[in-house]
Amino acid sequence: MSAIRELVLMRMRTFIREPEALFWTFGFPILLTIGLGLAFREEAVPPATPIGIQTGSVAEQHFGAIQASGDLEAVRVDGEEGERALRTGDLALVLAGSDSLVFRYDPARPESREARLLADRAVQAGAGGTRPVGIVEDAERRAGSRYVDWLIPGLIGLNLMSTGMWAIGFGIVFMRQKKQLKRLIATPMKRSDFLLAQILARMAFLLLEVPPIMLFAWLAFDVDVAGSMLSLLIVILLGAFTFAGLGLLASSRATTIEGVSGINNVIMLPMFVLSGVFFSANRFPDAIQPVIKALPLTALNDALRGIYNEGAGITSLIPEIAILLVWTGLAFLLAVRLFRWQ
Amino acid sequence: MSETAPAVLCRGLHKRFGETVAVKSLDLEIRRGECYGLLGPNGAGKTTTIEILEGLQKPDAGTVEILGLPWKGNEDELRGRLGIQLQETELPDKLTVEETVRLFRSVYSSGPTVDELIDHVLLAEKRSDHVKVLSGGQRQRLSLACALAGKPDILFLDEPTTGLDPQSRRHIWDLCRDFRAGGGTILLTTHFMDEAEKLADRLAIMDHGSVLVEGRPADLVASLGGDHVVEFQSTVTLLEEELRRIPAVTRVDLTSSNRVATREPHRTIPALFQLIEQREGELTALNTHHTTLDDVFLALTGRQLRDA
Repeated sequence: MSAIRELVLMRMRTFIREPEALFWTFGFPILLTIGLGLAFREEAVPPATPIGIQTGSVAEQHFGAIQASGDLEAVRVDGEEGERALRTGDLALVLAGSDSLVFRYDPARPESREARLLADRAVQAGAGGTRPVGIVEDAERRAGSRYVDWLIPGLIGLNLMSTGMWAIGFGIVFMRQKKQLKRLIATPMKRSDFLLAQILARMAFLLLEVPPIMLFAWLAFDVDVAGSMLSLLIVILLGAFTFAGLGLLASSRATTIEGVSGINNVIMLPMFVLSGVFFSANRFPDAIQPVIKALPLTALNDALRGIYNEGAGITSLIPEIAILLVWTGLAFLLAVRLFRWQ
Repeated sequence: MSETAPAVLCRGLHKRFGETVAVKSLDLEIRRGECYGLLGPNGAGKTTTIEILEGLQKPDAGTVEILGLPWKGNEDELRGRLGIQLQETELPDKLTVEETVRLFRSVYSSGPTVDELIDHVLLAEKRSDHVKVLSGGQRQRLSLACALAGKPDILFLDEPTTGLDPQSRRHIWDLCRDFRAGGGTILLTTHFMDEAEKLADRLAIMDHGSVLVEGRPADLVASLGGDHVVEFQSTVTLLEEELRRIPAVTRVDLTSSNRVATREPHRTIPALFQLIEQREGELTALNTHHTTLDDVFLALTGRQLRDA
């Protein structure tokens, strides 16, 4: 056991004493969270839509009611100006009519259709009309259903994948290049101890890596974990284990940093796009959904979101956990068979 | 495990890399407790040979026994009894001396303590320094501490002093002598004849993948027939027969420069002057030195070790 301990310590020391590696592992995910969180936190309420009120028409009586509604910005225009502004899109709607009120707009433009409904409501309300069904509006934006709530578990998943694969890949290839692996196998060290130590060191880094993102997301954006912390911990450990295995596999034969970078990118890029980190994987065609669902990062992200956003218990995440276990098993078996020590 | 078996025994080793034959028909027998040197120029096949013996490369043909055991099936036992220094290992830069020794010590079931190892290689003052800031000689001593961590029976050293300054080389030699004094066996490769002469009880001179000659350094030097070599240039061409008739000359070699081996330079040199004078020539260069392994290598290959 003492050999495993020393091997884990070696891995951690060589990593921690490398400032650049520390930044990319721990600083970068937080910067990414800040950037994306800021971009999506305050999705601004759109400004009032400009509409025209034709001078000299019956519409002028409703000017006050429309302004009072707040949703629309009424301007007075003459007939010709109104026509032109509708064509150019400067106005979404023009209210006119000499006898009855006329709504003039292009139904192909969404903002015109929206303006029509808003104008109708404002005019009716101004005239004292009562709605057949009473509605209370609740437009407050709530924690738990915003984009940033959805994003954070995906970022944790992405981080587990990329730091796992890069840290292990670079570490192994560097040691192979410097003949440190060769030197170690010239001792009685058990090869399985060495591989296990790489994974254990990864697990130890999780403690430094994931909590800052979670804490930052909670402090800055009020992103909270709906489910249990224990379930979250289990899924995070399993995810880290899976990608540590894939990292070992990717670096099992590479002898150069360029080589392992290429392999890592080939493995990670498809998941980066397909596995629902920044947008939902459901947007891809149904035909490839089974493939997407089988990817380890998809399974990890789905499980993390289940716990984070929906409060899912571990038992309801068995399919995702099973997918991760299968990937982990395959990756280790292959990595141990293929691993090149010198 | 037989306690009387040779430390290292190999027969008929062959190894090729693509078109290049690295080792051919190599036989070696290294006795317990001796220091055995593989001397030869770069590319002679020394590293391939030692790595095959260390069980790090597989030969294409031939057998290897270490302490009477073949590698196959005995790897776990043998690894614990060997100490190995590779030619090009770079120990992790960011670990300290102490952390490095502790790591290597941790993989052996018994051996000296970490402190003993560090003290033994004279790195006590550097124990908290990162490997990165160590000098070449200090790194090499650290690497030796790692090789000694399991109290090995046999120490394999591949070019242990290449690139080191004279004082650092002497430190390494002292450590080798200490290990010998404790009853250990050493196999070392080197392309320095002085290192082989100083350390090796017996040595093999290698070139192009095979052993040219094997024996005690003094015997190999004596095989040239004299303690001194006289090297000269003259304006006239002298024949081998003429030179052979000069008093005390034991050997004549006219391949690269004009060389004669002699037991008594004080008799040979005046006679050489006289001969050149008789032929109405002039001596343009003269140099004498004690016979070395370099002269042995030159006699065997027609090349000098240091230029080969």
